[in-house]
Amino acid sequence: MRLRYLTLTAVAFFSAFPLYYSVVVASRHNSALAQVPPPLIPGGNFFANVSRVFDTVPFGLALVNSLIVAGSISIAVMFFSTLAGFAFAKLKFRGRNAMLVITVATMMVPAQLGIIPLYMLMVKLEWTGTNYALIVPALVNAFGVFFMTQYLSRALPTELLEAGRVDGCTTWGLFWHVVLPAARPAAAVLGMLTFMSAWNDYFWPLVVLNPDNPTVQVALSSLASGYVNDYVLGLAGTAVGTLPLVAVFVLFGKQIIGGIMQGAVKG
Amino acid sequence: MSTYPLAATRRRRRSVRHTLDMRVSPYAYVAPFFLLFCAFGLFPLIYTAWVSLHEWTLLSDTQEFVGLGNYSTLLADGYFWNATFNTLSIGVLSTAPQLLLAIWLAHLLNRRLRLQTLFRISLLLPNVTSVVAVVVIFSQLFGRDFGLINWMLSWFGVGSIDWAAGTATSHVALSVMIMWRWTGYNALIFLAAMQAVPRELYEAATLDGASNFRQLRSVTLPMIRPTIIFVVIVSTIGAMQIIAEPMLFAQSTGSGGGTFATGGPDRQFQTLALYVYEQAFANSTFDFGYASAASWLMFLAVVIVSGVNFLITRRAKGGIV
Repeated sequence: MRLRYLTLTAVAFFSAFPLYYSVVVASRHNSALAQVPPPLIPGGNFFANVSRVFDTVPFGLALVNSLIVAGSISIAVMFFSTLAGFAFAKLKFRGRNAMLVITVATMMVPAQLGIIPLYMLMVKLEWTGTNYALIVPALVNAFGVFFMTQYLSRALPTELLEAGRVDGCTTWGLFWHVVLPAARPAAAVLGMLTFMSAWNDYFWPLVVLNPDNPTVQVALSSLASGYVNDYVLGLAGTAVGTLPLVAVFVLFGKQIIGGIMQGAVKG
Repeated sequence: MSTYPLAATRRRRRSVRHTLDMRVSPYAYVAPFFLLFCAFGLFPLIYTAWVSLHEWTLLSDTQEFVGLGNYSTLLADGYFWNATFNTLSIGVLSTAPQLLLAIWLAHLLNRRLRLQTLFRISLLLPNVTSVVAVVVIFSQLFGRDFGLINWMLSWFGVGSIDWAAGTATSHVALSVMIMWRWTGYNALIFLAAMQAVPRELYEAATLDGASNFRQLRSVTLPMIRPTIIFVVIVSTIGAMQIIAEPMLFAQSTGSGGGTFATGGPDRQFQTLALYVYEQAFANSTFDFGYASAASWLMFLAVVIVSGVNFLITRRAKGGIV
């Protein structure tokens, strides 16, 4: 039993240490990294390094872009997933089960392989370099639909819907007045998961955006490039661009993990 | 007489609306997902096949049909095979130890524990860190001159390793990054499955004197096999598409040799997906046709490797003896 705690503590340490160490480096001067032994506690240079980040890349713009993109994607995913989840969990229609199976199966499609025509499509729509190219394809996804289906079929009493019908509610009325309020806990978790993955998305934004109008991740990657390895600069950017999200995750960690584990158990 | 037909029409109209509401509206509710998937998921995937049959570049307006020409060029392209080897090597190195470790961690967590939530949060911490941050952080840790890892290895008399420069060392470094990011996530998926295993089975096994390890092997593993198969397949599909890690690793170790899409100056860690990216977007030719052909071969590889892994996982029985 003691060994179990020891192992888990070691794993927790290895999970957290790289993040901690990135803060150490981000708060130092480049010359301090050459010391032997390397510095293991934060120094006092953090804010100077962060202001260097804002001087090197359009980081303010990147933060705004990422907020807009991740925010709109999260709201849309919560809404459309709850809508589809409601239909799959509680409404009767022909082909329902087949469609649900297809939805889950699409999660296995390696969508990245279609990236070239997707890019060509964005060129045609004149969306390259704009946030539309990031937001529109991500408005709803199979994981969200499946996640809300699971939750609503378990947590939403059918009697509640029947009572609504007796009172003369249309299906849309039921969705608006009964389902949406009931779906709130799960939708919030889904929203947080979606926000995190949209915020962290890297490859597609890199392909479709211009370096002068980046998201946070694209800006971070251009910080880290270059012939001289300025690790301090790269990690200071990382600290500002990703650690707030990690902090939010730790705050709501219990709910988010509950959500992931519930989504994992297949019905 | 005069009001009667009107009421009937109204009633009929209301019933039509009711039927529409009951029968048709569900389709409208699930439609957004299917429309979006067809437009931005399925169509691009299929259209890739069409593009791959052409001499097709971003820069020219006309596309010449070349049949399977791109494919035969590709199969004779040493860089393509190099990328295939790298993808498989990094895939195996990162996935196999990762899943074993994840199952073991899930097993450790599948008890009454104090600090259960804290342990779970710490396991998932790497997964909410963006891939860019992960690679930037680990490039520093794996740094040749001032990296923490080389410093620790020096205690054991190991000379400073240039991790990004060698084929094997760069694959190890990349696999460590991938493992760090995904092990905890998969452990939680396994844990979710383990918690659904009936407690009585463990009680019976304990009564029969089965050791802890024996219980994992003979009770837990067979019971969570569907989840194991699922995770193996999903991880395989993910591993075959690795791109951001090698791209960023080349970038932040400065070993891109001018372009970061080659996966190191000797292409020592260029994966298939990165090769596709290089041909389509990082090359001055923007060769969409050739890159699409590579995409389809990669798709084929994904299907084959996933299929093989599916068969292996299904065969490998935990064995209730």
